[in-house]
Amino acid sequence: MTATETMKEQKMIRFEIYRQDDLDSTPYMEEFEIPYRANMNVISALMEIRRNPFNKKGDKTTPVAWDMGCLEEVCGACSMVINGTPRQSCTALVDQLEQPIRLEPMKTFPVVRDLQVDRSRMFDSLKKVKAWIPIDGTYDLGPGPRMPEKRRQWAYELSKCMTCGVCLEACPNVNSKSDFIGPAPLSQVRLFNAHPTGAMNKNERLQAIMGDGGLGDCGNSQNCVQACPKGIPLTTSIAALNRDTNLQMFRNFFGSDNEV
Amino acid sequence: MANSREFYWRRLHSLLGVIPVGIFLIQHLIVNHYATRGVESFNNAAHVMEGLPFRLILEIFIIFVPLYFHAIYGVYIAFTSRNNPRQYGTFRNWMFIMQRVTGVFTLIFVTWHIWETRIAAAMGADVNFGMMESILSDPFMLAFYIAGVVSTTFHFANGLWSFLVTWGVTISPSSQRISTYVTIGIFLALTTIGIRAILAFV
Ligand code: HEM
Ligand code: SF4
Ligand code: FES
Repeated sequence: MTATETMKEQKMIRFEIYRQDDLDSTPYMEEFEIPYRANMNVISALMEIRRNPFNKKGDKTTPVAWDMGCLEEVCGACSMVINGTPRQSCTALVDQLEQPIRLEPMKTFPVVRDLQVDRSRMFDSLKKVKAWIPIDGTYDLGPGPRMPEKRRQWAYELSKCMTCGVCLEACPNVNSKSDFIGPAPLSQVRLFNAHPTGAMNKNERLQAIMGDGGLGDCGNSQNCVQACPKGIPLTTSIAALNRDTNLQMFRNFFGSDNEV
Repeated sequence: MANSREFYWRRLHSLLGVIPVGIFLIQHLIVNHYATRGVESFNNAAHVMEGLPFRLILEIFIIFVPLYFHAIYGVYIAFTSRNNPRQYGTFRNWMFIMQRVTGVFTLIFVTWHIWETRIAAAMGADVNFGMMESILSDPFMLAFYIAGVVSTTFHFANGLWSFLVTWGVTISPSSQRISTYVTIGIFLALTTIGIRAILAFV
């Protein structure tokens, strides 16, 4: 208790953290108060709780679990719902947040523990849509075709996706009642189809997003493009893919040029 | 959905919302507008429509089947979304929600409206100016009809916006912004036509 007393004079930061012991256990809220330091972000606050795992009432508790990697908003691992908005905790500055700061896991994903979620479904989706360029073979294929510079510029924007899951959390059509894969993997199809070598397997990717849980499930709420921390033009990708998949659909029905 | 034809069903749903259901809606509102020119004009127009050859087949395949396919699949779509206007209070997210709300309300309205007019006609009633006049003499029904028309025109106009996205016509943000303005214009025009017709009966 002496620890709490000495901290009294100090400015404190209040947290409300939604915790859960494992996938199936019931979530509960625990309050924390930690001493203020200048320029803190949510992760440095969580580290403080880990160092000194006492809740607001002064009871010793288990340290809060969360995920992180790069600490500079490029890996996407640290995403969580902060004051109601899904975002990265490493770039969520305490000074800019209203208190008490409410931390919740992104419930679109299975909760591993506390704020830590399992984003496997996103990686599975990337496999499903073939978000890569197949170049492996038994001999050297030589250099691929060049990419027009203008296209490289917009494709680069799409390549910034860090699979953070924020756009899935924001999408009203990604939920337990639907198997929609969400905006991020769709936009990756546009990225890989824009690549001159990737375009050689264009129809396979389009075919994949014309399957279950694919592009057809988008309802145009356009929340994803508002939510994406990387500013990826997700709704532009989706509309462009609508055009591509429609053409693919007509080719499948009527054409003989439906493969590539 | 269990079957892997979901993409095609969704495309069909989108297409039917405009062709033929949307086209029929415009035609229907315009024919009703004859009511503003008096009892005679309206009855003549209604009888021309009634007298069309192959009327029952036209009604079944241009109206009922596409409409109820769109409507029932639409209810399924509406109930598989989890709306989140508190986190994202943007214009488009509200339009997304309103598209679903007006879809469900339109289904209730249209079903009632078909029951009260078309099914009654099949039972022998004459669909004419007098029929609508007596329906709309009840203030509750008048309000219900006005709400129904506004809900339907909203749903159609906003649906036209997303139809253009679904079919890959409007891709860039600026083209989507322009089509927002155009579809707002269509909403206002159709609502004016629809409400003027209703008020002509009271
Ligand atoms: C007068 C009758 C109707 C007309 C003219 C109409 C028209 C349309 C149009 C043009 C669309 C846009 C399609 C697209 O996004 O590509 C649409 C979407 C939709 N309609 Fe209707 N509709 C009607 C009745 C209904 C009814 C009764 C329901 C029942 C709930 C309904 C539910 C929906 C839903 C949920 C969508 C959104 C689909 C999506 O975002 O994928 N509609 N409608
Ligand atoms: S598209 Fe944006 S919001 Fe979605 S996963 Fe990628 S970086 Fe995150
Ligand atoms: S830790 Fe990598 S994005 Fe936050």
